[in-house]
Formats: sequence, structure tokens, C-alpha cells
Amino acid sequence: MANPAAPGGMRSFLQAVSTVTEEAPTPLRVVQMEGLAVLKIIKHCEEFAPALVTGQLLGLDVGSVLEVTNCFPFPIREEDDEADADGANYQLEMMRCLREVNVDNNTIGCVMVQERKLYPESTIEAFILANQSPFVDMVYHTRQSCIMIYDESIRRCVCIVYDPSRSSQGVLALKALKLTDSFMDLYRNNGLTGEKLREKKLSWVDIFEEIPIKVSNSALVSAFMKELEPESPVTQCDFDRLKLSTAPFMERNLEFLIGCMDDLSSEQNKFQYYYRNLSRQQSQQQAWLQKRRQENMARKAAGEEPLPEEDPSNPIFKPIPEPSRLEGYLVTNQISSYCNHINGVAGQNFNRLYLMKALHED
Amino acid sequence: MATSSALLFPSPSSASSPPSSARVEAVVLFNVCDSYVRRPDQADRVIGTLLGSLLPDGTVHVRNSYVVPHSESADQVAIDIDYHHNMYASHQKVNPKEVIVGWFSTGFGVSGGSTLIHEFYSREVQNPIHLTVDTGFTRGEASIKAYISSNLSLGDRHLAAQFQEIPLDLRMIEAEKAGFEILKSTMVEKLPNDLEGMESSMEKLYILIDEIYKYVDDVVEGRVAPDNRIGRFISDSVASMPKLSPAAFDKLFNDKIQDNLALVYLSSITRTQITIAEKLNTAAQVL
Repeated sequence: MANPAAPGGMRSFLQAVSTVTEEAPTPLRVVQMEGLAVLKIIKHCEEFAPALVTGQLLGLDVGSVLEVTNCFPFPIREEDDEADADGANYQLEMMRCLREVNVDNNTIGCVMVQERKLYPESTIEAFILANQSPFVDMVYHTRQSCIMIYDESIRRCVCIVYDPSRSSQGVLALKALKLTDSFMDLYRNNGLTGEKLREKKLSWVDIFEEIPIKVSNSALVSAFMKELEPESPVTQCDFDRLKLSTAPFMERNLEFLIGCMDDLSSEQNKFQYYYRNLSRQQSQQQAWLQKRRQENMARKAAGEEPLPEEDPSNPIFKPIPEPSRLEGYLVTNQISSYCNHINGVAGQNFNRLYLMKALHED
Repeated sequence: MATSSALLFPSPSSASSPPSSARVEAVVLFNVCDSYVRRPDQADRVIGTLLGSLLPDGTVHVRNSYVVPHSESADQVAIDIDYHHNMYASHQKVNPKEVIVGWFSTGFGVSGGSTLIHEFYSREVQNPIHLTVDTGFTRGEASIKAYISSNLSLGDRHLAAQFQEIPLDLRMIEAEKAGFEILKSTMVEKLPNDLEGMESSMEKLYILIDEIYKYVDDVVEGRVAPDNRIGRFISDSVASMPKLSPAAFDKLFNDKIQDNLALVYLSSITRTQITIAEKLNTAAQVL
């Protein structure tokens, strides 16, 4: 990062500082969430269950730990500019209000993006929004409104994903995701083309990185909860876990999977189209070049100056833009997460079935 | 039409009757505790607004809350009303169904300044409830209480406000989703994953079954006095299991297993396919 133009000893203090901070970012190892934030996320997601909901995480960035101490939800987004501006105002207002009551008001990410939308036809948008918005789209979106917060902390922001439909199976389906640095580099430099990806050996697995979540509570809360914990030996959670009917969940997962497959194949078609065009162009170029060479040969024989072998004005030399791989990668990512879910639930189903069998034999 | 809607919804007269009980979600309690921990230096207690809804049976369901800055001296209370209104407007944008239902304060029981604050909230909403959370554990226990207030007046003269405790339901259904394990300790290193959760549930089930065995054995041996209620519960739960012939059960069981195996196979093959597809897509193109 050191500016090679500046002579070694002449660098200003500011430059030196920026070099230090840029060269040694401590990698993010753990996301530590307060119980309050967890509960708020669950509450908001469950209330608006089928819709895609988003929010903002507030907290502190301490070395390799990102502490999420609070969060607040965004209103359900509507697709027009007025609502956008409104949303930005809301965000500022909320932050201001929370600061007044001593809540940590460093934005450290976006939350509550539900893992999947329940309407199959819009899965693709949902997941792109879900996967992308917290970092790319919303970072951009908030840049205009809250420059102060996002600019510096993009590197350290996480997205907490909560999945209510998996939670209804009795799992706390909370995940912290982060875009990998290598992906972000490529994305910023518009490098999501086949060649660059190959160079960097970046595959779809490397877009997101899951960060382990820790949950912490203040001693006060912990005391209250110990006191108030219900006596009953079983909780709703246990019932949900032992429920035998997982068919609807599986069905929906498969539906989404099929939808994603369709999207993936349409992505593939895009590339095939691109490559077809590319090869046609190349053969055209070859033909033109050959013609030009023959011409040049003839001119040489006649003792004239040869014509240049390139002709930028000719339309067949205009490069065809390569479609971005991002979409395909995201779809692939989503497919793989569906596969994981299906595998996981099927595994649990085996457990349940054998348990039932054992009960029946008794 | 007017009559039918009057039948469906509580009529205005019944809506104005004070709430009979209150139900509080865990997130409210967490928020109260958090804001108490983060209170300003010199403040003794924090107050705030409770949001939620009034259920048709007269129960106030408190689902959300936010803290409101205030200052208290011997005989006067100042509340940041602007803050309160801004915050309420923001919350309304997110969830219009949650309206003001009352206010909370930390500390044990009702204190002097409370009447003034309560009066303020009475102007915001009819019959607000007052929730007190004893963050100091003054009695050595977690006491959380809900009150309503009624005016004592003689003729036209207003004499005093009386705070009346109402029953409070702290079952916290939402909290069960997250699991009490992660909410009650100060630090949880790792979230339980699917299979661990399953394991703990099964362990619990085993313990329960063992307990029932023990109880039934004890009753049969005459060690414990039989309780008809428990007996009926047990027979009900045993009867709730459908009686299937072994052949039918085996078929059902095997079908299910096959279904699941097919799903696992499908998802594995999909994963393999996309891995191959990706390799092909980014492989060097021979042009």
C-alpha cells in the first residue's frame, strides 16, 4: 500500500497510519450477540414471517470479535424512491434516538434477512436481496444516507441470517455471514469474469464465509432468566424437534431448489450465448485478417505500403462484454444451502423415525 | 353491518374498561434490563414506553418497548416527550399494529414520581398499564409486577390515584424459540446445531419416559398413592399413538426411510453437479 512515488523517509504521519491499519486488519473470528439482539431478530422475523425483512445491527468492533449489542428493524421496503428516502430518514432517526439512551451506535452490519422467501416465484430476487443487499446493495444504499458509518466498516460488517421455517423445526437457525475479502476485491474491481475468477481460484464457496456466533447476556438478564425460567421439563422447542411431519418443509425446500435450478440453467444459457457470439466473432476476425494479409501480400508484390493488420473501426473487433458470474455464483450458493438443509432435515428424520420405531416396538 | 361489527369487535365501552391482566414477552424484559445497564450516570431508574396490543379478552399483550430519557427530582418529573413521540413514530413505521399500552420503570413497586408519569401516559392511551421490573433485586428475588391505576375521587374532586396490581403472565413463548439455555447464561460459546438439539430433546424424552415408568411401577407396588388425573394423562398419551399392525408399520416406516434416502441422494447429486458445472464454467476456454 505504500506509495512507491513517495520517497521512503518522506511519508507523512497520516500515510504511515493508514498503511499500518490497512496492512494489518485483524481477521474477524467471532460474532458475539447479546440475547436482546437475538430476541429482537426472532420477534421481528416471526411477526412478518413470509416477507423479507431487514434491519440494522448495532454494536462494537473489538479486535477479532464483533459484538452485537442491539439492533433495530427496517420498515418493510417498498419499491419507490420516496419510500427509500423515508427509510433513510427512519434509519437516521432511530440511530439518533438510540444514541441518546447510550446504546452503542456503531453500525456493524445488517440483519434479519430471512433466508428464503416463501413465494417460489420470487425466490431468485429474494435470495439475491438476501445474499447481496447487506453488503453490496445496501452498503451502496446507505452510503448516500449514512456515509459516516458504512465507509469505514464495510470490511467488518456481517449479516445475520435468521430462518423462521427452519426455526419451526426447533433449531435456532441463526447464522452470521460475511463476504470474503477476496470476493469483495474482485467485486469492487468488476473482476467477476471467468478469467479473473480462474486466476484467483475463487469459486462460489468462497463468496460467503460463515462466522461462529457466541451469545452473551448481561449478568442482570441472566439473573432474571434463571429466576423466571418455567418449571416445565419440556419446551415448545422439544415438541418442534420431535414432530414427525416434515413433509411441508421438505416440499418447500425442493420447490425452491427446482426454482434455483431453472435460474441456473438460464444463467448457463446466457453464457452459452455469449460464447457462441464470441467464437463467431473470432472466426470473423480470422477471416478478415486472412483477407487483409492476402491483400498486403499483393500490395507488397506491387511494391506498395502494407495496410495495418488491425482496424479498430470495424465492428467485428469490438469486444463483446462478458456477462458477470455473480448471479450464477449466488444461485449456486443458494442451491448448495438448500441441499445442506435437505440433508440436515433428512438426517433428523432418520433419527425421528428410528425413535418412533423403538417406541412402537416397546 | 354496524351490528355485526359490534359483535365481532369489543364495543367502545368494553374497550375502555381497564385491562384485566398482562402478558409480557422476554424481549421487553431484556430491553428493560439492557437500558437499565446503560442508564445515565446519575439516574436511579429508567422509564420507557411499552408497545403491544389489547387482546379481546382484556389481556394486554406487551410485545415491545423502548426507553425514554427522563429526569426526576424531589417533586417533579421531566420526560423527553419529543423523544417519546419520535420513537413511537419510528416504531409505528415498522409495525403499525403495536400501539402504546403503558409504560415501564425499574425499581421495586410504585414510587412517588410514578403518578405524574402515569398521568402523562393516560393522555397517550386509555388505561395504560405500569410495569415495574425490580432490577435491584431488593427482595432477593426477581419481582416483575404490572399495575393499573384508578382515580379515587369524591364527587368532582380528584383525591388520589390508586395503583392496583393485575396478574402478569411471564411465560415468554418467543423466548422458547431461542431456548432458555442461551438466554440464561452470561456466555454461550456456540449455538447448538440441529443434531445436538435433537439429542438433548431425545434425552429429555427418555428421562420423562423413565420417570413415568418409575411412577407407574411405584403405583402398582403401592408405594405411591395413585392419582387419577395422572393416570388419565398417561392413558391418553399411550392411546394417542395409533395402533398399527407390525406389517403396516413396517411398510410405513420403510416408505418414509426410502423417501428420505431419495432426498439425500437427490441433494448429494445436485451438489456434485453444481461442483462439476462450476469447474467447467471457469475452466480455461479454448477459443
